[in-house]
Order: sequence, then structure tokens, then C-alpha cells
Amino acid sequence: MTQTEVAEVMEPGGAQGVRRRDFIEVAAVSAAGVGALAVLVPLISQMAPSADVLAESSTEVDISAIAAGQAIKAVFRKQPVFVRHLTPVEISEADKVPLSELRDPQTLEERTKPGKKEWLITMGVCTHLGCVPLGTGQGEPKGEYGGYFCPCHGSQYDTAARIRKGPAPKNLVVPDYVFSSPTVVKIG
Amino acid sequence: MSFPWANEYKPKHPAMVWLDEKLPLPRFVYNAVGAGYPVPRNLNYMWNFGVLAGFCLVIQIVTGIVLAMHYAANTEVAFSSTEHIMRDVNWGWMLRYAHANGASAFFVVVYAHIFRGFYFGSYKAPREMIWLLGVVIFLLMMATAFMGYVLPWGQMSFWGAQVITGLFSAIPLVGDGLHQWLLGGFAPDNAALNRFFSLHFLLPFVILGVVILHIWALHIPGSSNPTGVEVKSESDTVPFHPYYTAKDGFGLAVFLFLYCAMLFFFPNALGHPDNYIPANPMQTPAHIVPEWYFWPFYAILRAFTADLTIPFTHIVLVPAKLLGVLAMFSAILVWFALPWLDTSPVRSGHYRPRFRKIYWALVIDVVVLGYCGGSPAEEPFVMISQIAAAYYFLHFFIILPLVSMTETPQPLPFSITESVLGKDEAATLAPAE
Ligand code: HEM
Ligand code: FES
Repeated sequence: MTQTEVAEVMEPGGAQGVRRRDFIEVAAVSAAGVGALAVLVPLISQMAPSADVLAESSTEVDISAIAAGQAIKAVFRKQPVFVRHLTPVEISEADKVPLSELRDPQTLEERTKPGKKEWLITMGVCTHLGCVPLGTGQGEPKGEYGGYFCPCHGSQYDTAARIRKGPAPKNLVVPDYVFSSPTVVKIG
Repeated sequence: MSFPWANEYKPKHPAMVWLDEKLPLPRFVYNAVGAGYPVPRNLNYMWNFGVLAGFCLVIQIVTGIVLAMHYAANTEVAFSSTEHIMRDVNWGWMLRYAHANGASAFFVVVYAHIFRGFYFGSYKAPREMIWLLGVVIFLLMMATAFMGYVLPWGQMSFWGAQVITGLFSAIPLVGDGLHQWLLGGFAPDNAALNRFFSLHFLLPFVILGVVILHIWALHIPGSSNPTGVEVKSESDTVPFHPYYTAKDGFGLAVFLFLYCAMLFFFPNALGHPDNYIPANPMQTPAHIVPEWYFWPFYAILRAFTADLTIPFTHIVLVPAKLLGVLAMFSAILVWFALPWLDTSPVRSGHYRPRFRKIYWALVIDVVVLGYCGGSPAEEPFVMISQIAAAYYFLHFFIILPLVSMTETPQPLPFSITESVLGKDEAATLAPAE
């Protein structure tokens, strides 16, 4: 600031200086602005998932009746989970694929629990736009890669439920789960 | 603005004189859609669709408000409350069919209105703002229609909601958070259904507001016309009332005839039978499709099946999912740029031989896209939609600008009057411009 500018600032009401009214205007508009922004917070965040929706939940699944080659659909947080008992052929098919060929590179090992490679447990929610892929039920199409086929826009998953073809960007999600006994899986 | 020769409102009855001084509402109506609004004398039936769209909006608001008196937005009862409307509520079946088919009729009318704009260059100066507001209306209509379709909570409702809100999860970084925020959960459920109902009730009134701006903007230059030549003198116009109230009235009668035929004889022809199955979050229907009016855009979404990578590497620049979503939204957003992409000074397609060809090519392209969008995601439809989607963007970004720059238009008539009567007395008398 030059000398004269400083002098003007110091002298309220000077011809060109900062007047008391300028200060009041800036303060009033700022206060109103901050107030308006503060009001937006509850208006926007009320739309986010509510406490009951977020509440932790878990599902227990008895897997003793699932023979190799079969799969079932369980329910977790109102969404389908695929529990699939892989056959040795399906496992070796999944292991054969070089990682460099995958859109979302992961091995079958990484997607299953240690020593339980035959149990492929994933969300049944296509990572494209969220449809339930086909391939669990008897006679449902499993797609070109023998895993799952999403009828909505044609995404194809392999026997490790990894995305191989179509618009989906990611492999089917593996939820948190533990084997609470050799025949019971606790999801969530 | 109105033209200087517009009739002036002259109330005769003392009560009307009194009202005119206090609140000149009758004067406003007189100048907007009455004898005080001069309109080109040569408008053809394509100019009926604006008024018809307004009428459709009224149908939707009236039937919607009464349906809301019987509907309940809770996932436990939404489906059965819809069936309750169909079976138990007096005239409920008719009101619901009127609303559902009214949505389809609305889109038929608005598509005709938009393609009228494409052909006659209605989007060009000085009418850009009318056009831009129109595109805003169209986007709002799509959002409203989508949320309305979710309300009965049938299979198509549920999976439509899942897929369409899933589009937002394609946005990098914030996508998943945004998706959950929109739904109020991880998948469509009560929270989503409730807010969709709230917004579905609100948005038609927002549309109404934008329609008022649309018509306000229209009344500044006044309507264009099939020649695209601006109004020059009084002989180019006729008063809106009685000439166009009559013409619009006739169009309305024809529209209502067709609409009632749909409503009473084929009320489910455009609907999807799967929506009569209650929503089941565990099972996606084998073939999910949106309502017919979204098909062309849905085909563009599905046309992108592979990631955009740096050639000969596996490095992904844009994932397929995001590409599809961007392309689908751009297909509509490009209309915002239309007034500046088409630089030809001639408005009407009547006088633009090359433009006419590419116009019809675009119409065919959109029909092909629509057909593919309604078909399963299989070959040959995927490949056809890829070609048609490419052509769609080629049309707007390359072909149309090039044609506007290179074509030689045919000679325009001197005035609207000359185009109608073959000669324009006023023009020959008037000093040359
Ligand atoms: C609720 C929906 C709509 C209503 C009620 C509506 C209403 C109207 C009305 C009453 C007119 C004058 C009559 C006519 O020219 O047909 C008009 C003109 C026009 N509308 Fe719309 N409109 C709607 C949607 C749209 C949309 C989606 C667009 C474009 C994307 C659009 C673009 C135009 C244009 C450019 C004109 C001027 C036409 C000319 O003068 O040549 N409108 N609209
Ligand atoms: S939702 Fe599965 S391919 Fe689109």
C-alpha cells in the first residue's frame, strides 16, 4: 500500500476510503453466506444412507449341501451373494489365465480363503450397473468363460468371477466372510 | 415484444375495465394466446406440438395428483397400493392408464417438437434461448419419467432404478459415494423409493416453471415458420386467436382421439409385462429394457463394451463403463451446442438440399438406435448400435458443421406472404432493403 492508500483506510468516511458501511456490508453478506452454507449441510447429508441402513449385519450360510459344480444365492444386506463350489476343472481353468490378460488382475487364491480354493464367495452384483448375473441356478447361462453372465449389458465373468468381457470394470466383489465351521460361512 | 400492428386489448365490460387496472391478467392472456398475438400465417401442423406438449403436461399433473391420493411410497406396500388403484379405487384403472400412457404420449409429442426444431432450424438465432430451455425441459422430463417408473415397485421398476443410479457410480473417485448418496443405501430400497416419489411429485412443477420461461423467450422474437424467413409486415401474420386456437384445437382433437385409442384399447402395449411382478432384489429379469422413449440413449450406453486403452498396451485411459455413461449423456448435451454447430444462415430445411439428406439420415439413425436399445444385448444389435452411435456423434460434430459451411442453399422467398400467395404487394411497393 502506498502512503495515501493507508491514510484513506485509516480515515473512515474519506472520499475513497473504506467506510464503516463497507465493513458492515461485507460482514453481513459473509454471515448470510456462511449461514446459507451451514443450512446446506443437513439438507444434503440427510440423503446419505441412514443409521439403520448402515447398521452392521451378517448372514450365516450352511454350505454342506452344495456339491462341486453347484452354487447358491444367499442374501446379505438385501443383496445377493453367490456361494459357489468350484470343480477341479474350474479351478485349473481359473489358474491357467495369465494375469496380464485380466482387466482387474487377481488370482483365484487372492479371491478365496487359504486352503478353501474351491469355495468362491462373491457378491452377486454386476460391477457394471448392478444387475444380478446368471450362472448360479441349474441351466442358467454361465457365459463364454464358464463363470457368470450378466444379461443386462452382456458382461462375462470367469470361474474366479473375474471380469473378462463386456462393460463391467471390476471383478465381482468378495465380501468379508469367515468360515465359522467347515460347513458354515459367516458373511459380513 | 410483439409486432407494432398487434391488436390492442380493449375491455368493454366495466368489470373487465376495473380488473384491467388492478391486475391486467386478461390483457396478458389476450397478448399471449389471444387476438393480440400476431403469428406467421403459414405455420404447418408441426407447430401444433408445443401446445400439445403443454396439454400433456397438464394431463400428467392432474392424473398424477389424484394417483398420489391412493399410492403409498413404501417398499412393503407400493406394489399392492398400485394394484389397489387398478382394482379397487373408483376409476383408478383409468387414471393410472391415463398417466402411464400420458407419459408415452408426452414423449411422442416432444420428440415431434424437437425434430421439428431440427428440420426447420428453430434453434437458430434469435431463438437459441427457447431451444436451450427446451433441452433443459427434456432432461427434466427424462428424470421425472424415470422416477415415476420406479414407483410401482415391480421388477422393471427395481432393476431400472438399480441400473440408472448405477450410471453415477461410473464417475471416477466420487462415483461410489455419489451412488450411495443418491440411493440412501447400497441398492434401491425404501429410502430411494421415498425420495423418488417426493421428486417425482416436485419435478413436473419445475418443468412447468421452465415451460413458462420457454414461452416467454418464444414471445420475444415470436414463432419461426416453415420458410424460416422472419416476419416483415402485417400481411405475414394472422392473430393467434381465432386462427391458431382453431388449428391447435383441431390438432388437439386428433391427438386426443389417438391417445384415447391407446388408453382404452391397448393400455399395456407400451408397458413391460415384467413390471406386474413385484420387485425382487435377488433376481434380475432376463431382458431388462427401459421404457421405449429411452431406447436410443440406452443403445448408446450399451455400445461401449471395451475400455479405451493406449493402443497396443493394456493401459486403460477411460474404462468402458465410464465411456458408455459419458456418451449417453453427451448424446443429449450436444443439443445445447446445436445453435453454434449449424452455422448456415438459412433456417428451414426446405431450402437446404444437403441438410435435408443428413436430417433424414439422422432420423433413420435414431430409429435404428431405438430399435437396438429395445433389443437384448447380443449380436448383431451391439455392433449395429456401435455403428449407429458413431454416426450420431459424427452427424453433430462433423457432418452438420461441414454441410452448413459448404452447401449452397436454394433461393428464399422474399417474405412469408410471397411464399403463400406467390407475390407480395407490400414487398414490391416497399423500398429495396
Ligand atoms: C414440456 C415440454 C414443452 C412444452 C410444453 C413446449 C411448449 C412450446 C410451445 C407452446 C411452443 C410454441 C408452439 C410451437 O412452435 O410448437 C414452443 C416452441 C418451441 N419449442 Fe418447445 N416445448 C416443450 C419442450 C421443448 C423441447 C424439449 C425443445 C427442444 C429441445 C423445445 C424447443 C422449442 C423451440 C426451438 C421452439 C420455437 C419453434 C419455432 O418458433 O420455430 N421445446 N414450445
Ligand atoms: S449390469 Fe451387468 S452388464 Fe451391465
